Amino acid sequence: MARSDVQLMLGVRAGDDTSFELLLQRYRTPLVSFLYRMVRDSAQAEDLAQEVFLRVYRARKDYAPSAKFTTWLFRIATNLALNSLRDGRHRQMEISIDQNMDDGEQEQARIDVVDKAPGIEQHLLDRHRAAMIRRAVDSLPEKQRAAVLLHKYLEQDYSEIARTLDCSESALKSLLFRAYETLRVQLAPLVDPNGARGF
Amino acid sequence: MSCKRMENKLVAFMDGRATASDRRAVESHLAQCEACRARVEGFEGVWSMLGELPFHEPTEAFDVRLRARLAAEPVRPSFWAGILPSPRLALAVTVLAVFSLWLGSRPMPGNPAGPSSPAVESEFRMIEDLQVLENYDVLTSLDMHQQLPAENAPKVHKN
Repeated sequence: MARSDVQLMLGVRAGDDTSFELLLQRYRTPLVSFLYRMVRDSAQAEDLAQEVFLRVYRARKDYAPSAKFTTWLFRIATNLALNSLRDGRHRQMEISIDQNMDDGEQEQARIDVVDKAPGIEQHLLDRHRAAMIRRAVDSLPEKQRAAVLLHKYLEQDYSEIARTLDCSESALKSLLFRAYETLRVQLAPLVDPNGARGF
Repeated sequence: MSCKRMENKLVAFMDGRATASDRRAVESHLAQCEACRARVEGFEGVWSMLGELPFHEPTEAFDVRLRARLAAEPVRPSFWAGILPSPRLALAVTVLAVFSLWLGSRPMPGNPAGPSSPAVESEFRMIEDLQVLENYDVLTSLDMHQQLPAENAPKVHKN
């Protein structure tokens, strides 16, 4: 049976490096994805994710399982991302659809286009659709974006997200409502009134 | 219930986390409000579309870089290290303490009454003879000699 996050973190506290390795494997991709959606820069997202893991490692001796590990982990990540965005060092003011993808995604997209030549029109439409969704999320104010990412992708409870964003549950629900309302308006062209995918 | 009061309940209704009473209130409102019904359908569409975005995988260099940074992390200092922050300082303190003890055990120049001088040794021997000390006042008092009987006094020869 897989060990829980708390069990692994207690292992890390006791000096077991294997436990830290397991936590790293478990949360590396969700953390980098979350930070990438927050700062919109692949290299910066990885730097921040490394900083999150380093902070967890440095705090291992003082770890007490009072809160969920993921709440703690993504609270560190959210604070780092918001601080980084406030610093503005890595902010891109205008991002085109293609610039929005990092080099790896662009390369993969080129390969996919060649491989799927018969369905190239549908493939281009899919790319356009994905880019619109990504751009809509990216255009949300920072705190609303963090709330949506924690809500949708990490499936955190309202209380956890509220703690991470340092606000009340009521304020969080209002924040989420405004975020989803903005997304609904921006992504309306993609919504098929018959329930199927648009385009 | 008004549309405004519905706002904070719609997201929880959409993601299935609303309480039973909130769910009933929203359902009752949606039955008679076309605008909110359209809004909830829109939210559900957004929720579904967000699921289309793939995870952003870290590069292969991520783990290598992180392990290197972890290996470079300083080992947490012990309690004693907090008191004596460096081995050199600890050695210096030890040498100074030993030197001070050695210096203190030596007789000071110009002070013959050091702990090992003959005068001090004779004083220590006298202290060992406690009986002498107890009778010291009697032996050194002249009053006692004056109270001796006359026949025992030394005779003075007159010419």
